[in-house]
Amino acid sequence: MSSAAMNVNAQLEHLQSKHVGTGHADTNKFEWAVNQHRDTYASLIGHNTMLAYSAVAENESLGRKKFEMMEKMLQPCGLPVPKDD
Amino acid sequence: MFLYNLTLQQSTAINQAAIGNFAGTKQQEILVARNNVLELLRPDPSTGKVHTLLSHQVFGIIRSIVPFRLTGASKDYIVVGSDSGKIVILEYNPEKNVFDRVHEETFGKSGCRRIVPGQYLAADPKGRAVMIGAVEKQKLVYILNRDSATKLTISSPLEAHKSHTLVHDIVGADVGFENPVFACIEVDYSDADQDPTGEAFQNAEKVLTYYELDLGLNHVVRKWSDTIDTRANKLIAVPGGTDGPSGVLVCSEDYITWKHQDHPAVRIPIPRRPDPLQPSPTGNGDDVDTGRGIIIVSSVMHKLKKGFFILVQSEDGDVFKITMEYTAGADGTIGGVQNMRIKYFDTIPVAVSMCLLKTGFLFVAGEFGNHYLYQIENLGDDDEDQMEYQSAELPQGEEAEDVLVYFNPRGLRNLAPVDELESVAPLIDAKILNLAEDDSPQIYALCGRGSRSTFRMLRHGLEVSEMAVSELPGNPNAVWTVKADKKQEYDNFIIVSFVDATLVLSIGETVEEVTDTGFLNSTPTLAVAQLGDDALVQVYPRGIRHIRSDRRVSEWKTPGNKTIVRAACNQRQVVIALSGGELVYFELDPSGQLNEYQDRKEFAAPITALSIGPIPEGRQRSSFLAVGCEDNTVRVVSLDPDTCLQSLGMQAVSYTPVSLTIAQMMDTGTSVGTLYLMIGLQSGLLVRTTLDSITGTLSDTRLRLLGSRPVKLFNITIQGAPAVLALSSRPWLSFTYQSRSKLIPLSCTMLEYGSSFCSEQCPEGIVAIESNNLHILTVEKLSNVFNHSVIPLKYTPRRFVLHPQSNHFAIIESEHNTWCPSDKARKLEEKAKQMDDGDGLLLEELPPDQFGLPRAESGKWASCIRIINPRDSETTQLIELDDNEAAFSISTCVFNGQSGETFLIVGTASNVTMSPRTCTGGSLHTYKFIENGTQVELLHKTPIDGIPYAVCAFQGRLLVGMGKTLRIYDAGKKKLLRKCENKQFPNNILTLHTQGDRIVVGDVQESVHYASYRHFDNRIVIFADDTIPRWITTTTMLDYDTVVGGDKFGNIFVNRLAAETSEEVDDDPTGNKLVYEKGYLQGAPHKVEHAAEFFIGETLTSITKTVMVPGGREIVVYTTLLGTIGCLIPFQSKEDVDFFQTLEMHLRGKAPPLCGRDHLSYRSYYVPVRNVIDGDMCEQFNSLPNEVKRSIAEELDREVHEISKKLEDVRNRVAF
Repeated sequence: MSSAAMNVNAQLEHLQSKHVGTGHADTNKFEWAVNQHRDTYASLIGHNTMLAYSAVAENESLGRKKFEMMEKMLQPCGLPVPKDD
Repeated sequence: MFLYNLTLQQSTAINQAAIGNFAGTKQQEILVARNNVLELLRPDPSTGKVHTLLSHQVFGIIRSIVPFRLTGASKDYIVVGSDSGKIVILEYNPEKNVFDRVHEETFGKSGCRRIVPGQYLAADPKGRAVMIGAVEKQKLVYILNRDSATKLTISSPLEAHKSHTLVHDIVGADVGFENPVFACIEVDYSDADQDPTGEAFQNAEKVLTYYELDLGLNHVVRKWSDTIDTRANKLIAVPGGTDGPSGVLVCSEDYITWKHQDHPAVRIPIPRRPDPLQPSPTGNGDDVDTGRGIIIVSSVMHKLKKGFFILVQSEDGDVFKITMEYTAGADGTIGGVQNMRIKYFDTIPVAVSMCLLKTGFLFVAGEFGNHYLYQIENLGDDDEDQMEYQSAELPQGEEAEDVLVYFNPRGLRNLAPVDELESVAPLIDAKILNLAEDDSPQIYALCGRGSRSTFRMLRHGLEVSEMAVSELPGNPNAVWTVKADKKQEYDNFIIVSFVDATLVLSIGETVEEVTDTGFLNSTPTLAVAQLGDDALVQVYPRGIRHIRSDRRVSEWKTPGNKTIVRAACNQRQVVIALSGGELVYFELDPSGQLNEYQDRKEFAAPITALSIGPIPEGRQRSSFLAVGCEDNTVRVVSLDPDTCLQSLGMQAVSYTPVSLTIAQMMDTGTSVGTLYLMIGLQSGLLVRTTLDSITGTLSDTRLRLLGSRPVKLFNITIQGAPAVLALSSRPWLSFTYQSRSKLIPLSCTMLEYGSSFCSEQCPEGIVAIESNNLHILTVEKLSNVFNHSVIPLKYTPRRFVLHPQSNHFAIIESEHNTWCPSDKARKLEEKAKQMDDGDGLLLEELPPDQFGLPRAESGKWASCIRIINPRDSETTQLIELDDNEAAFSISTCVFNGQSGETFLIVGTASNVTMSPRTCTGGSLHTYKFIENGTQVELLHKTPIDGIPYAVCAFQGRLLVGMGKTLRIYDAGKKKLLRKCENKQFPNNILTLHTQGDRIVVGDVQESVHYASYRHFDNRIVIFADDTIPRWITTTTMLDYDTVVGGDKFGNIFVNRLAAETSEEVDDDPTGNKLVYEKGYLQGAPHKVEHAAEFFIGETLTSITKTVMVPGGREIVVYTTLLGTIGCLIPFQSKEDVDFFQTLEMHLRGKAPPLCGRDHLSYRSYYVPVRNVIDGDMCEQFNSLPNEVKRSIAEELDREVHEISKKLEDVRNRVAF
């Protein structure tokens, strides 16, 4: 491997470690979806209006909605798919 | 098209509240965050009223606020965690009444992101450090200190990151003066992500972690970590050091556990509410359907002189008091918790934050609905009716079995409500109509959630509370209040003038007539004032009566047959206008004698109005007199001894001036204020000009139409500052609020004459007359520009519609998670059967307005249709839906061939589940209005196969949107008949509008679609759509081609179909072009143009095109879920656009948003801002320091007052 490619790889790795959710060549559909869901839940919790929107729709308290979303972040898309390798 | 965005009422929801001594005085203030507004509230300990000190729009989303105080200081700073990717420390500056930004440190990207801190914020109780955390991974610790100049310093951030870890909560543990410790609830997901068997997920642990900031080594270490209940959601810090056992309370479902390093955990259960609809618990607590657990959503800790207590609130609103017993050694060292007790306290609305003041008030920032201030009347220790549960008597330890404990719900016992801050949040739908036929339209809004839902009618105007009304003998024409002595605090007399008599009332315990005051009773009065130290003056048509304190009276009589027509006086000066236009001036000399000035001044035209300015502090006299004449002029006349009665300036006005006043308004932010001359004109116009306090020249004239009657002006005092009461066909109040001058109508009947009123019971009131009644009024809430009238509802309201013939509203209310009546009856019956064999727990339901409705399970619905008469605020009919059916849409419809009768269509669905969106069947109920629209009668139900989210009348037929299907129905005898259908909509139709043959459809996820109905082959064809996916919540057609809409994320947009496309589509004689045209970009053949884009920051819930003020242009008014009411004003000239664009640009540079969010990128949150100028930003110009204002004005080539006039004009011309 040339040094330039090494450098790019190192940079990518740095990005991946710094920014959670940065993809790589082997990212599968499941991982991608999990990241999307976690990002979405974090955003819903962060925006007061969005949390209130779902709380009103479902007749729950804000605290309960936030708790439920936080809980769902642990495994938002069901069980992970087995890796091929 | 260019629009100007202006907020009419800022968000009324509170998402965070914190208490502290922000002003640095002994008094505590409450800081609240209202999504993007920071507001400082001060509860008045004597009256129990909450006043707003300052509210500041920060143009960013505030996610967390925490106050902290450096050791030994007496003033709290504010740390703000927002979406700016910065930590911001603010200080409240009470002199200037502004927030000063002390520090602003960038740590990440902007936006509410997963790994960018801002969601959680915790301060060390000793104010040495703060931790700011994200939902995942990142946590940063900043050390706070003082430098040699006692200025606050902030360190560079110390990282306490842990990747693959979700954070549920962070608090600063109280460890006294040891190294600061932050406690977090963390979950590691790395294993669960890798394990396809699901075992790791099942075994995923929640841990409580202590992060210690080592102040010596300047780094953060994970000090301790311990597994906790997997359903833990919240942490509460327990006082430490010398005040308590330290550690944290871990709140989880059903339990609260005290945990601390090196100590055994102590657990208590959260008492449950006995549910009348669930099987009751048996004696030993097992064999019970427990439903789901209860979680704690808010808490407040309060330290007493000895010990402390913690109030926690469950998601149902039940408040519990937690106390602890702990060992204390002889040397003051405190050991672990021995016993923890929990006891039911009271049930109040669910709070996002509770704040307990030292004065014994509890501020409850409700998550939905109004916010309350309660007085704590009792600490609940003597409440024998409630069980107190103790940890010492309950199982403890790792493997402890579950326990269920119950409390006894009851009405408020320990708390007494003292004040209420009105909140319209969540505002679900609104219509702007003028049903009351006022000057300006009212806003009819559906608000609230659950059993605390309301239907509100908002009228523009300050809320007025009526203290007293008394009838007078005959119709008076004027009223005054006077003190007998300058030093008195309260007014002594009310003087009422009739056509031929004067009535003197004395103010005391009661108000009663007195006759021995020296006032002349047999004549009308023109003016009354307190003169000098302890004298009074009465001006009547034939003379002036000067009454000394010892009842000596000196009189001045008018010469010949002249009479006095107008008079004005202040404490030392009296001016009268004689018939014929002659002006006579009197002044009090040092001996207390009223002396006439040697000269008189003649005016060419009769004098119609007079006013003398207030005497500046420390001066002998006011040097200005304003004289209004019938020749439509107002002159300012000098009263200085050197230039006495010389004219200083003149103002020509368009109509006869009928009333004048000179008032000092405190709108500069300093103690000097500005002198204004206000002129009330015959035509109902109010003219305000600035009066130079030295030269007396007039400048900066502003006009405002107040009503249809001549404007009368009166000086009064509001919140310690001078204000002007202006009476026309509607009473108005001109006052200063947060050093900005405001002119707002009062929500009360038309008044004829007014005066300030000050008594012991009512320190700042207004006494006013209306026909033959004397009213005493007060105005308290200056921050509420809308006055609310409220009708309570049963369930969360969804939609409503006006029946135009009767002006009644039909409202649909649907509640998820609630038993419908038949289920409820069945449950109660089951319960009654069970009750036969034993224990006597309560059967009746708890009052829903305090306790809410009993929670059912997901997929259960209760719903009703209600007819309301808004004029009398009464419900004329309530139809309860049953069998798990819920209403989702409502519309009126006039069908072809039904003799023009209006029908009510309600779209319902049964057994709806939220996620995935399913139902067992929908239905369209057709109702007929009977008895003048006060009642409806069911004609028939039409079964359909989806949830009808939108219904709308269309050319004598009915359009129904259900899921992806749009259908046209026509009236039938037994049911509605399906006529036409299109199934090509992407997800779920939410909004429908029509004009001509055009149908505009709003999709839940895919923005708006333009469709056309073709008569000749009975088809609906989609011909245009949007290129941006928008999650539509509301739309409105502005014209045939233009749609304005709002989405879930808080964007407002205007979409316009290009004129040629529009023509081309309509002008298609064969009709085949439309059908066979090729799709473009996987959608419809045509795309809409984006005319405007703007980020509001809150989910839009309604948009209306309307006129808000009489004579104004049409504007777009929007409402949001969190209660903001705002408007978009179209610009009319290119010059204005350029001006405001430049002003906005300068403001972005010179006054960037307080919390560090870049203004331009905030307004472009999801889509770049387009053709909209932020008026809220522009209006911040008025609150800038004078130097900055001047420099901006210079760059714009304008004067400062020109800019503020322009800002005022653009608002006042169309809105308020």
